[in-house]
This record gives sequence, C-alpha cells and structure tokens, in this order.
Amino acid sequence: MAKAKIEVPELKEYSVMPVLQPGVMKGVGPYVSAAEFQEPLGFPGELVDNWEEKAVDKLGDLLNRYRGLRVFLDSCVRCGACTDKCHYLLGTSDPKNMPVARQDLLRQVYRRYYTLPGKFFGKMGWEWGKKLIGAREMDKEVLDDWYNYFHQCSQCRRCSVFCPYGIDTAEISMAARNIMDTVGKGQKYCNQIIGKVFKIGNNLGLPEPALLDTLEGLEEDIEDETGVKVELPLDRKDVDILLITPSADFFAEPHVDGLMGYAKVFHEAGVSWTISSYASEGANFGMFIGSYENMREISLRIRKAAIDLNVKRIVFGECGHAWRVAYSFLNTLAGPFDFLDPNYPVPQHICEFTYNLLQEDKLKFDKSRNDDMVLTFHDSCNVARATRMGDMPGGQFMIPREVIKAACNHYYDMEDETIHDQTFCCGGGGGLLTDDLMDIRVKGALPRMQSLKNVVEDHQVTHLAAICAICKSQFTKVLPYYGFKMDQIVSVHQLVSNALILTGQDED
Amino acid sequence: MWFLTGFFALFFYLAVIIFVAGVGFKIYQYIRTPAPLKIPTMPAPLTRTGVGVRLFSEVVLFKSLFRANKWIWLFGWIFHFALLLVLLRHLRYFIDPVWWWVALIQPFGKYAAFAMILGLVGLLVRRITVERIRYISNPSDYLMLALLLIIGISGAMMTFVAHTDIMQFKAFVRGMMTFSWQPIPTDPALLLHLAAVFLLMIVFPYSKLLHAPGIFFSPSRNQVDNPREKRHLAPWAAEMEKAERSSDS
Ligand code: SF4
Ligand code: SF4
Repeated sequence: MAKAKIEVPELKEYSVMPVLQPGVMKGVGPYVSAAEFQEPLGFPGELVDNWEEKAVDKLGDLLNRYRGLRVFLDSCVRCGACTDKCHYLLGTSDPKNMPVARQDLLRQVYRRYYTLPGKFFGKMGWEWGKKLIGAREMDKEVLDDWYNYFHQCSQCRRCSVFCPYGIDTAEISMAARNIMDTVGKGQKYCNQIIGKVFKIGNNLGLPEPALLDTLEGLEEDIEDETGVKVELPLDRKDVDILLITPSADFFAEPHVDGLMGYAKVFHEAGVSWTISSYASEGANFGMFIGSYENMREISLRIRKAAIDLNVKRIVFGECGHAWRVAYSFLNTLAGPFDFLDPNYPVPQHICEFTYNLLQEDKLKFDKSRNDDMVLTFHDSCNVARATRMGDMPGGQFMIPREVIKAACNHYYDMEDETIHDQTFCCGGGGGLLTDDLMDIRVKGALPRMQSLKNVVEDHQVTHLAAICAICKSQFTKVLPYYGFKMDQIVSVHQLVSNALILTGQDED
Repeated sequence: MWFLTGFFALFFYLAVIIFVAGVGFKIYQYIRTPAPLKIPTMPAPLTRTGVGVRLFSEVVLFKSLFRANKWIWLFGWIFHFALLLVLLRHLRYFIDPVWWWVALIQPFGKYAAFAMILGLVGLLVRRITVERIRYISNPSDYLMLALLLIIGISGAMMTFVAHTDIMQFKAFVRGMMTFSWQPIPTDPALLLHLAAVFLLMIVFPYSKLLHAPGIFFSPSRNQVDNPREKRHLAPWAAEMEKAERSSDS
C-alpha cells in the first residue's frame, strides 16, 4: 500500500546499477479485488479453499496453451543480461525487481511441479534437492511474493529486448496474474475497470449522455478557438471511420487536447467519422491480467460497434497498450475484419493516419504556434516493443516523430540507449496506474526522468510528448516529484491541434 | 578393467537414451504448444526469411546479449564457439575414416579447449563477483559451470599433458556403437572426462541447458510481424470460437 512518504530517488546523470537492497519493496501489494469486481470477470470472489492446488493446475493449463510461457520458463540460463534493464530495479534497488528474479518467483513453482527432478525431490521431500534445482512448494509466502512483485512489473518488455532468448517477463507477469485471479486473488484496480467496460463501455464508466455532453463541449471549444465548426460525432452510422480511443481522452489533461487534434485532422482530411458509446474504450486491461477471455470480450465490443455503425475503417487514438492489443491482437481476438474496406489496414493508428496526410501534403501547419515549446518524445513501451506503424519495421519510432516535427520547430531526442526499442517505461503501465501503487510508480519513473533531465539541460527541452494515455496520466503525477511541472507532458496530437491551420480558419 | 568398460558402456547408453528421448520430448512439446498471440519483440522482421536472419544473428552472434552486456557476451560467445569447435573435433572418435574437414579443424579444435576454459572461468568469476548475478544464481548454476570446467580441463589434460591411448579409446567408442565392446583405456583423466560428459547429457533435458532448443521456439524471436495482414489463431482459440457460435445459434 502507498507509503505515507515516498522517498524519491535522486536524479543522476546516467542510470547506474544501484547496490542491491533485498526486501526494500516487500509489501502487501495493491488493493485486493473484492468479490463484486471478481465475479463479472468469471473469477472467484475470494481466495478459494484449495488454492495451492488450483494455482498449480492453472499453471499447467497455461503451459499447454502458451508456448512462450513454457519456453521462457525452461530457457533462462541466469546469465544476468537482463538484471540491470528494469526501471523498477533501477528505481528501487530491490533484487526481486530484476527481471530474472521476478520470473524466478514463478519458475520455482514450475520447476517443482512441472519438471521431472522437481516432482521427484518434491515427492521425496528432499529440501536440498529442491534448493539445488531452484524449486519451491506453492505456499502462502510464494503467493504473497507473487502478488507484490508481479504488481511491480509494468509489462514493458524492456528485459525481453536484451535477453539472448527473448524471455519476456511481461508474459510471465501476465500468467502469474491470471493464475492469481483464477484462485481468487485479483487486483482491484484492473478488475474493477474491466467490469466497467462490460457494464458501460469504458474504463471510466462514462455513460452515453455524459459522453455526448463532453463531445459537444469540445466542439464548442474548437469553434471558439478557430471559428471553424469541427464535429466530434457520437454513434453516427454509415461513416468512414470508427475512432476507438482511451476514455481518458474524453476528460483528462493533456489527453483531451489530443482528441481535439484527431477531430481536426479528420475534419481536414474530409472523412466522416464517429465515436461509439458502446465501444468507447481503447484501453484493454484484459491484457494486464493475462486473460485471453477477458481481453477478447472487450475486443469483441469493437467488432460489434464497427458492424452496428456500418463503418469502413477503424482508427485508434493515442494509447500504448491499446495499440498493442489493436495492432497485434485485434485480428486474432475479434477478426476477421473482411467486412471493412480492404484498402486500409485494420486497425490504423491515428499517427499513421496523420502521417499519410502529411505525405500527401494535405495538412497545413503554422509551426510557430508551438514555438513556446522545445520538445522531446517518449517512446511508450507497448508501442515501441510490441507494435508497428506504417509498412516498415521501426515505423513506430519514425512516424510519431515525423508528425511532431511537422508541427513543431524545436525537437530533440533523448539519449539513444533510452529511446526506440530501448525506451524506459513511464513507470505506470501494466495496470499500475493506481494511487495505492504511487510509491513504485514514482521510483519506476527514475530512469525516464534522468534522460529527460539530460535533454532539459543540454537542449533546453521544455516538454515531453507522448502517445499513450497511461504515460500521460503517469507523467502528470510523477513529474512534480522530480522537480518538473505537471503540464510538461503533452499529447502528440495536441501539438498537431495547435499548429494545424483549418480551412477557413480566421488568421490571427 | 572389464568392470570399468561395462560400467562406462552402460553409462554411455543410458546418457544417450535420456538425452535423445528427453530433448526429443521437449521439442515435441514445444512444437505441439501453440503461441496464441503475436508477441515478437519489435521491431521484428516482416517475412519468414527475415525471421531466419534474426534467429541466425541471435544463435550465431548473440546479438541481443551483445546489446545488453559486452562482458557476458564476450565470455559467453568464446565459450560457446570454442565448445562447438571442440565438439566437431571429437567427431574423429566416432567416424572412420575421419572426414577431411574434421581433420582440418583438428589443430584449432585442440587449442579451442583453452578458449573454452577461459570463457567458462570468465563466466564463473562474473557469477561470483558481480552482486546482481550472484543474487540470481542457484546452486545448479555453479554446478553446471563446474561440470563444464571439469570436462574442459580433463580434456585439455589428455591432449596436452598425459596422453591417453587414442587408438584404444577409438576402438572402445566404435565398439559401443556397434555393440561389440572393446576395453576402455583406464587413465583417470579420461574416465573423469567421460563421466562428466555423460552426466551433462543426462541433466540436459531437465535443466537450463534447454535454452539450446528453446531459442528456436521463442515466440518473441521467431514470429513474423504481420498480425494485421494475416489472422493468427491458435487451435484452442478456434475451438473456443466454434463452441460459442454453436451455442449462439
Ligand atoms: S537475460 Fe534472459 S537468460 Fe539471461 S538471466 Fe535474464 S531472463 Fe535469464
Ligand atoms: S517487463 Fe518491464 S517492468 Fe517487467 S520485469 Fe521486464 S523490464 Fe521490468
């Protein structure tokens, strides 16, 4: 639980490997989900009686369904390459936040129950044997460690980039959370949110009238600012594009400025579009809890909305893990999308959409409107390491930067080792964006804050642009802990919105 | 003498059976288990050929490890490639007449033993001295290194210090292969060398040595980046969809 006072780590010039402090982040983890949040997702309301056995069985089930899990649990040689790659380790010094140590929490149980020597030593009750091969009984202590440390992983995949076998701790965390949900120990934050999507259509539980109200307000704002009527339609049928965006875009700062940016871009492109109240959520927390079934359930809402509204294309707004589920999983979970226009990829990212217009020279910018800012770009982990944009590998790095540069005069990258596929997580991803995890969120932001500080000092950078709803919310909260201001984080399409000259706009 | 010959011959058969059956089963398991979602670590190749290149750069050059940590890469790479040379050199004990290229690598293979020992010592020193690697090490990690060091050192001893009767040893090996046993030379270095090798073969399918086949089956490295173009569906997920459709109607 959140400590009363958060010790903010000191910003140094580079990320340095701290001296290990075993157990400093030991704790009880985030709030445990109550029965009312468990049951709608198909999970037991509280820890079931024979949970040890159930947990081991569920692990077996996952091993048979996910090759990655099996290969990852078998293959780690404890070479140590990943040990200094996790932002939570760098920020907390707790050795159990080393990716391999985090994996080992699950691997120990795997080795005990699903390998021959583990079964043998277990049956004989030979402790030395278990110790020798790194096997452990499934017990309360293990479960507590799982709950604590698998909620100190943002599933950012940075460790996977550096592992010689691509072992992805994110997959292990997802499996562990899935097992814990199955035995009745779920995380309140994620599960409550998924329940809201099932009931109302989005993470925030915004019902349709509230949504309509918000969108109308935004239309007025744009008209006041530009003199041009730009629409933000809700549930409009027979349009070109269904926009799926994280619900934070409807009200949070700076997200909402990004939403206005998308609306202006669609307006200038001359395409018709709509938001759906039924599928008014781009985020998909089913991924964070490793539940194929729940992730699919949420994805199917998007399919249904696309069919009901009779659209031709699906475009996603700025959100990291949403884009992962969209780009990498949507076709699997809710496809095939053969009823959409085959001339466009399904789905598309709003940055791809804007970038294509730039290529066709269809957008006019007055970059000087962003001259009060010097920018850098934060590659969100899910976008960088789990998706692509455009038609070449690495498009996910190039396209958002090109969009920013089209709208701004002053842009600098952070150091190479902290961007692109080596980017550091904001510290709040993977279902950790909750107040009861504030301590780990602040500490996990350390490496990102270090590289930000360096570009601030070297190039007088004033703002950090991002394309992820979680990153934006997280930075708004943690920037002040490191001596920055909360409004130094901006949306990429906020920059577009500022600089885009709308046809017929009054020149100021 | 006959006792030793019999013991090592049986030990050899046992090791081969466990190794082949154990690793074979793991590979069968990996092939049979689907990867239900597209999870390549991006940026990833867009074609199967590209995946081939990616795997090659991982298996042969240890590319990810190189990006991660130059010391582990250096020692790890030296060890593995010295081991490969040494293994190829050992083919000469199994085949007759010896293939020309096996004869060709013989001089390099001999000295590769030193490179192998150097790599192993480097890895061991890091495991002991670097705090974070010491923290994650299990007893079995040290034992594995010790076993490999025993193999390397006893092997080098025979090549460079106390020569073993190679002709008699080859006769023993070929005898095992054709089930007409010949007496084994009884130098302690050789017996130690063989026992350690057989032990390593036996633990292979039950230990982290599975990283060798594992890397080829790792979805974060072997998947093509084409989820939008091609629908990827695991058999169990397809079942789930089918069951749903039939319950709908
Ligand atoms: S880099 Fe991979 S193999 Fe090495 S310790 Fe980490 S997870 Fe294990
Ligand atoms: S996925 Fe990210 S947060 Fe989780 S262990 Fe790896 S580096 Fe750390």
